[in-house]
Amino acid sequence: MWSYTARRLLGLIPVLVGISLLVFMLLHLIPGDPATVLLGERGTVEQIAALKERMGLNKPLLEQYFIFVGQLLRGDLGSSTFSLIPVSEELARRWPATFELALAAMFIAITVGIPSGILAAVRKNTRLDNISSIISLLGVSVPVFYLGLLLMYLFAVNLHWLPPSTRVSSNSFQSITGLFVLDSIIQRKGFVDVIAHLILPALALGTIPLAILTRITRSAMLEVLSQDYVRTAKAKGLAERVVIWRHALKNALLPVVTIIGLQFGTLLSGAILTETIFSWPGIGSWVYMGITNRDYPVVQGGVVFIAVVFVLVNLIVDLLYARLDPRIQYR
Amino acid sequence: MVTFMESPTRQALKRFLKSTSGKIGLGLAVLIVLMALLAPVLKPYDPTTDRNYLNRVKPPSVEHIFGTDNLGRDVFTRVMHGSRISLRVGLLAVALSLVTGTVLGLLAGYFRGSLEVVIGWFTDIMLAFPSTLLAIAIVAVVGPSLTNAMIAVGITQIPVYIRLTRSMVLSLRELDFVQAANALGAASPRILLRHILPSTLPPLIVQATLSIGTATIEAAALGFLGLGAQPPMPEWGAMLADSFTGGYAMNSPWTMLFPGFFIMLTVLAFNLLGDGLRDALDPRALK
Repeated sequence: MWSYTARRLLGLIPVLVGISLLVFMLLHLIPGDPATVLLGERGTVEQIAALKERMGLNKPLLEQYFIFVGQLLRGDLGSSTFSLIPVSEELARRWPATFELALAAMFIAITVGIPSGILAAVRKNTRLDNISSIISLLGVSVPVFYLGLLLMYLFAVNLHWLPPSTRVSSNSFQSITGLFVLDSIIQRKGFVDVIAHLILPALALGTIPLAILTRITRSAMLEVLSQDYVRTAKAKGLAERVVIWRHALKNALLPVVTIIGLQFGTLLSGAILTETIFSWPGIGSWVYMGITNRDYPVVQGGVVFIAVVFVLVNLIVDLLYARLDPRIQYR
Repeated sequence: MVTFMESPTRQALKRFLKSTSGKIGLGLAVLIVLMALLAPVLKPYDPTTDRNYLNRVKPPSVEHIFGTDNLGRDVFTRVMHGSRISLRVGLLAVALSLVTGTVLGLLAGYFRGSLEVVIGWFTDIMLAFPSTLLAIAIVAVVGPSLTNAMIAVGITQIPVYIRLTRSMVLSLRELDFVQAANALGAASPRILLRHILPSTLPPLIVQATLSIGTATIEAAALGFLGLGAQPPMPEWGAMLADSFTGGYAMNSPWTMLFPGFFIMLTVLAFNLLGDGLRDALDPRALK
C-alpha cells in the first residue's frame, strides 16, 4: 500500500507540471502582453516598460516559466491588481467558506442521491423508479445558476422561508475556524441561522451531483444485483434487506466513490456560479469578481488553486478506492 | 424477433422507436430546431433597435407572452432568437471536440508508442481541470466573446473523445478483420479510416449527442458570467445575467424564468436523445 501511495504521489508530478504549464501558457496567450493588460488603459508607456522589467517579461520564455514555477512552489500567486492583496492570502481567507459550501452540497448529494439510487434499482421499473429517473434527469439538465435563481425566488423572495444571501444575518458573528457551522456549534449560538443561510446555495450546488449519484448508484446496484453471488444469497433464503445491505451494497458503492471524487470538481467550478448568485464570500465569487474586473492574478490564482484541490481530492479518492477494493493490486 | 432480413440500421431504428426517452428527446430537439429555423420568419428581429422604454419590465400579457425586460424588449422574441445562438454554439463546439478528439484518439490507439504517451499526458492534464473551470480560464484570458466561448467549450470536451476513441481502437486493432487488412498490406490511413473508424462511430454519436447538452450548459454559464455572448445579443445565459446583475430578476422573474427554462429544455432534449441513441446503437451498454 505504501509503495502504491508513493507511486501515485510521483504520478502527480507530471500532472502538476502540466497544470502549471497550461496556466503559464494561458497567461502568455493574452493578446498583447500581461503587463499591458495588467495596467490597462491607465498605464503609460514607461509604466508598462517598468512592469515588464519587474515581471521579467523581457527574459527568455523558458526562464520565465521556471521563475513562475518557483513562485508557485513558494505559494506566491501574485497580488490582486484591484485590491493589491496577495492572492494566496485571500485564497486562504476565503477557502473555508467554499469548503463548507462544497461539503454541505456533497452531504445533500450523498444522503439523498445514494439511497434514491438504491431504491430505484431495487424497485426497478416501478413508478418509484420512473419518478426517480425523471427527477435525476431534470437534475443533470438544469444549469446551476438557473436553479440558484429559482430557489432564491421561491424560498427566499416569495415564501420568506430562508435568507437569500451571505453566510450569517448578524455582523457580530465571531469566526474561529472559518467554518461557520463548526463555529456556531463551538460557540453554541447562531447554529440555526448559519444552517438557514447554507441550505439554498448548498441545494443549488448539490443538485447536479445528487442527480448523477442517483443514476450511478442505480446502474451499479442493478449490475451487482444480477451477479451470481447475489442470486446465491437470495437462494439461501436470506431476507431481501440482508442481501441488499450486506451483499450487494458494498460492491455497488465502489464506482460511486470514484464519482464522488469527480463530482467534487463540478462542485468547485459550480461554486463560481452559485457563490456569485448567493453573495457567498468564498473563492468562487472572488474569481467572478476577478473576471469582471479583468483581475488576472485573481483568476489565475483561483484556477490553479481549484485545479490542485481537484487533483488532490481525486488522489485521495483513488487511494481510498484501492483500500476499499481488495481486487485492486497495488501495481 | 429479429429476422435475417433486417439490416443493422433497421434494428437500431426499431430499438430507438422502443425507447421512450429517445422519442421524447427527439421530439423536443425537433421543436427547438424548428424554433431556431423559424425565428427569423415568424419574428424578424434586430437586437440593436428593439428597445421600447415605455414598455419596461411588463409582466407576461397577450401582447408579450413572456413579458418584457428592463429595456422594454420582448422576452419571447429574444428567447426564440436565443435558440439560434445556443444550437449553433452547441453543435459547433461539439463538432470541434469530436473531430479533434477522435483524430487524436485514433492516432494514440493505433500507433501507440511515444505518441500515445504524449496524447495521454495532454488528456490527463485537461482532465485535471473541471471542464467549466477550464473554459472560464481560457475565455478569461483570450477575451470574452461568443466565438471564444464556443472554442473554449469545445476544447474542454476534447479529452472525453480522445479517451473514448483510444479505448475502442485498442480493442479493435486486435480483431481479425483489422489484422486481415493489415496482412493484406493495407496502409495505416486506410485501415484507420476504412476499417477502424466506422466501428467507433456508434458510441461517438451517442457521446456527441450528450455533449451538445453539456456544451449548451457551459456556453450559457460563460454567457452568465459575462464571458460568452455580449449584450445586446439574445443569448440565454447572457439574458439571465442581464436579469440578475440588473437587479430585476426577483421583482420581474419572467426575465429569468423563460430564458433559463429554455436552456434546461435544450439540455434535457439532447440528454434524452442521447439516452435513446444509446439504446439503439449500443444495446449492450449498461443504462
